[in-house]
Amino acid sequence: MSVEAAEPPIEHRFGAYGGQFVPETLMPALAELEAAWVEARADERFQATLEGMLRDYGGRPTPLYLAERLSERVQRPVYLKREDLNHTGSHKLNNALGQALLARRMGKTRIIAETGAGQHGVATATVCALLGIECVVYMGVHDTVRQRPNVQRMELLGATVCSVDAGSKTLKEATSAAIRDWVANVQSTHYVIGSAVGPAPYPALVRDLQRVIGEEARAQLLERERRLPSRVVACVGGGSNAIGIFAPFIDERGVELIGVEAAGEGLQSGRHGAPLTVGGRPGILHGSRSAVMQDAEGQIMQAHSISAGLDYPGAGPQHAFLRDTGRARYVAVTDQEAVAAFRELSRLEGIIPALETAHALAWVLAQADGELDLVCLSGRGDKDLAEVLGGDHA
Amino acid sequence: MSAVTASGVRRIADAFAGSDRRAALMPYLMAGFPTVEDSRRIGEACVAAGADLLELGVPYADPLADGPVIHAAATAALEGGATLPAVLDVARALASRAPLVLMCYANMVFAPGADAFVERLADAGACGVIVPDLPLEESAELRDACDARGLALVPLVAPTTTPQRLAAIGRAARGFLYTVSLVGTTGERDSVQESLAAAIARARASTEVPVAVGFGISTPEHARQAADAGADGVIVGTRLVRAAGEGDDAAAAVSSVVGELAAGLARAR
Repeated sequence: MSVEAAEPPIEHRFGAYGGQFVPETLMPALAELEAAWVEARADERFQATLEGMLRDYGGRPTPLYLAERLSERVQRPVYLKREDLNHTGSHKLNNALGQALLARRMGKTRIIAETGAGQHGVATATVCALLGIECVVYMGVHDTVRQRPNVQRMELLGATVCSVDAGSKTLKEATSAAIRDWVANVQSTHYVIGSAVGPAPYPALVRDLQRVIGEEARAQLLERERRLPSRVVACVGGGSNAIGIFAPFIDERGVELIGVEAAGEGLQSGRHGAPLTVGGRPGILHGSRSAVMQDAEGQIMQAHSISAGLDYPGAGPQHAFLRDTGRARYVAVTDQEAVAAFRELSRLEGIIPALETAHALAWVLAQADGELDLVCLSGRGDKDLAEVLGGDHA
Repeated sequence: MSAVTASGVRRIADAFAGSDRRAALMPYLMAGFPTVEDSRRIGEACVAAGADLLELGVPYADPLADGPVIHAAATAALEGGATLPAVLDVARALASRAPLVLMCYANMVFAPGADAFVERLADAGACGVIVPDLPLEESAELRDACDARGLALVPLVAPTTTPQRLAAIGRAARGFLYTVSLVGTTGERDSVQESLAAAIARARASTEVPVAVGFGISTPEHARQAADAGADGVIVGTRLVRAAGEGDDAAAAVSSVVGELAAGLARAR
């Protein structure tokens, strides 16, 4: 393996976090996936294909936008990395496209995915349509209601949407259902996990595929401002847009990294999705050890957030590690604050952000200090209109 | 303490060696389903109907290796208040009647810490534990804790397990080697895999402990086929959990199915 010696490692663990807590049936598939990624990552033709498609099909590089009225409001420059302008409307395409190309390279004929807000499901359904691969997306029943437009989109793209009626009926159960499908169909199927969670090598694989967000933003900002940001801010559900924009700044000690979780109805209420912010004993969820909302016996608790993409009781293992080492800081924003930011950015900048993204914006809006903020505008908010403007559901 | 602690692994070995059936019969039951008290009575009925060992499932909210029937039973058990102390009370009541192995997901094992968890298992009289989401690479800490108290950490192997992994898992196996008969989650199937004999032979060559087959084994015919294929033990879960959820008398319903399975495994006279 001396050929790969110069490559950065595909981490199985981030300090005490990460690992591979899955049924034995899946272990060989994880090894196969890791080997395929090591090979593809070093393969110039694969990389050229991925870059070409991200550019010509996906619309990369996405713009870095100096949000002037927002900057004026907070009295410091705020740059938005416009992942909402990616094809399908969020950063999720970066990962879905990379993993689907990898699946094709591995000879897999079927792709499954989980989705919360539907953005990852739409991105996966999109690339499956493009590549002509069968696609099944698991989504909690509760989310199929509150993110209805994305269900319609996935179906239009030819994917089968399986609504999951267990437990909280949200992202946690959708992920569990996808893993069970994978256990049963592992020989033919690749599981395109949508966030930087899951068993190794997924957290590292997803980060590698989302790193393009941070690489571009860094170069764009250096060109514009001749400096690095003082802060990089992103929302964290599982944490893929955050780890993607953080990654190239981790070694830049002068850049503060802020992950914004969902405080839901308030951290004290217990109805939130902020395991990194709240802290406590680590746990095992969906194949890795990380920050997890759980009870004393180790039962995973139900998360809550108005934003389906942040309504998750876990977080990626690298985030837990970055928190413990003090390299990144995690904070939380309530449903109410996120909705206010959703409205405010729409009026200030003519950009309707995803409710997930609105959490990061709410935190930025609330800070009086800082020199130059770089915010990952991870997705667009069209999908959230019914949730915010009112509908016939709770 | 050591006289007691050595007994978990030994009781399992004795149960396989001492079974008068063609393969040892190991029913799986979900603790707390349909109620905590019912699950204790179901376990007792299983032993009376011919179980050689018992596998007691600890209800977990996110059981990744289980199909819909056991998942639903776990959810119902949790809603009915089947906390870990209640589960361990059921284990304690049953462990005197037959060697009992707990099936428990990893987060519940590590929530109190591996040592503390195993201490509680030992205290309840369990002989071992199966953790379906704890592959070999993650298992050293728990195996050490089990070894220290003479309890068996029973590993699983699957049809997808590579020869290299199988050899390593077989070496690390304690109690028995749980051989998953199919690629999938727990649940009833129409037939057993034709490749079962080869899978069992492969598993046996990897280990010194008995080989038990589970997942998809649901009828006396399946059990007989597993014995024909060379299994030392047969684990039946979903079929029994389904029986426990049907009818008024859960214990009687399960007992009747276990009796049929036991008859299916009877030696020819």
